[in-house]
Amino acid sequence: MELYQLTACEAGRALQKKEASAAELVAASLDRMALVESTINGFISLREERELFREAEKIQKLLDNGRQLSPLAGIPMALKDNLCTRDLPTTCGSKMLADYRPPYDAHVVDLLKGAHAIMIGKSNMDEFAMGSSTENSYFKPTLNPWDIERVPGGSSGGSAALVAAGEVFFAIGSDTGGSVRQPASLCGVVGLKPTYGLVSRYGLIAFASSLDQVGPLTRDVRDCAAVLDVIAGCDPRDSTSADRQKEHYSSYLGKEVKGFRVAFPSEQLGLGIEQYYKEVFLEGVGKLGRLGVEVEEISMPVYNYALPAYYIICPAEASSNLARYDGVQYGFRSGGEQDLLELYFKNRTEAFGPEVKRRIMLGTYALSAGYYDAYYLQASRVRTAVKQQLERIFEKYDFVVTPTSPTSAFKLGEKVDDPLTMYLNDIFTTLANLAGVPAISIPCGLANGLPVGLQLIGRHFDEGRMFQLCCALEEELGMKGVRPDIRTALEREDA
Amino acid sequence: MKVSKKEVEHVAKLARLNLSEEEKDLYTEQFNHILDYIHRMNELDLGSIQETPYVQPSGGALRKDEARKSPPEFLKEVLEEAPEGENGFFKVPPVLE
Repeated sequence: MELYQLTACEAGRALQKKEASAAELVAASLDRMALVESTINGFISLREERELFREAEKIQKLLDNGRQLSPLAGIPMALKDNLCTRDLPTTCGSKMLADYRPPYDAHVVDLLKGAHAIMIGKSNMDEFAMGSSTENSYFKPTLNPWDIERVPGGSSGGSAALVAAGEVFFAIGSDTGGSVRQPASLCGVVGLKPTYGLVSRYGLIAFASSLDQVGPLTRDVRDCAAVLDVIAGCDPRDSTSADRQKEHYSSYLGKEVKGFRVAFPSEQLGLGIEQYYKEVFLEGVGKLGRLGVEVEEISMPVYNYALPAYYIICPAEASSNLARYDGVQYGFRSGGEQDLLELYFKNRTEAFGPEVKRRIMLGTYALSAGYYDAYYLQASRVRTAVKQQLERIFEKYDFVVTPTSPTSAFKLGEKVDDPLTMYLNDIFTTLANLAGVPAISIPCGLANGLPVGLQLIGRHFDEGRMFQLCCALEEELGMKGVRPDIRTALEREDA
Repeated sequence: MKVSKKEVEHVAKLARLNLSEEEKDLYTEQFNHILDYIHRMNELDLGSIQETPYVQPSGGALRKDEARKSPPEFLKEVLEEAPEGENGFFKVPPVLE
């Protein structure tokens, strides 16, 4: 096996055992990138190679001097481009911030630097994290390493594709309605949306503040726990950050899962899931039984209403958050405006893409006089119902199991002109954001050669046991180490 | 409830966005399509259930409300990001005649 194919924890162990050096890991990432990045297009910006090797050398010295470092020390990784970095521009996938260089690092960036992870670059995303295919990026679409005619999902599509393609060992994304889990599912990697408040949002460019969470995209469950071990924790700079004892998530792995109880909402198979996807998903659910986990069908009537509520709450919050882009303090300025009002109109019209405009207007509409009660308040009530139904389920069950997405990776251009069809990609994922609970997507199998994702939703702050179950299930599913063959994809294109 | 083109124009104005005639027609059509779907949430009889504007499972981390000084170079860095500035201020076109 080549270095670039290792998981982050395996690469970390290779470093500790002196089987590989930090510089070799960086070189492995860069070599892989040289081979596939021009096809995959997962990065928006990259740090200079010299700088990366200098950092690797420093970390190597610490290791050689016997310093105990985090398991992520010396591991090349990518950061979604809506997380602020002093070292690189932070574009949010938008023309509005194409040249923006934040004067500060996001909290997760501080933590990853502290853990000596090596940030290679910033990954591509749908503009302002609005989208499920990464086609809404102002810069370019990212392609799916499993089939380069298909999208990687979104909005953290760059992060997912880079991890799947072997260009980085892990990546960080953000999840407002499924933006970590859905691309993880479409690219065959693990993706976690942590409990709301577990990971600081300081330095995460705000999209829908009551729903946004930062989360890892990794090659297996162990890596996911290792990354959460580093990025979770209270931060006084985010007032929604949860003030609680730090947990050691990796310590849950390998523990017995027999007797865990999992709920299977009967409504979900009627929610437009494609047949081939359904079969692989149900096979995966069946494997829970083989682990001694009890799976029971339950009814969750509110399931059908979560997505409509989400598509009011999310644009409403976005319309308010994105009001700050006025071309005055930072970001795009068109020039030549005669007065202040014209400046607002001109900059926003020229620098926002169609999906961002759509959501801003939808949100403005839902919040405007005469419609506020019917839309925003009703959606906030549905949100309560979602929360309460999940709470009731969690009185009896440990987790809820669902598909991550209704389909595997779809073709570029297939859904981009039909906003509602694109929104329906989030049908299984928005529940967790609305309720603020954690949810994870793990690779469940392949359907027609494309990855299928299985999602587990858990109780608030129950990430540890979620990893415990997923780690056992991952073994049973046999998807660990199954990677896309990009060369075949490239050859197919040549032919 | 149907969204009219006039309402789309109004909302675009509130959001400080200029739309071409073509865009107005397109967004009107799309909003109606999207809102048709969203309307199904009204089928749900929720009685007197309270709204949930945000979820915060355990108390927030409020710091002490104390004024802190930013380092002077921070101010410089912030202003450097401004599309236009002068003497340590953001510069905009005239607001008043």
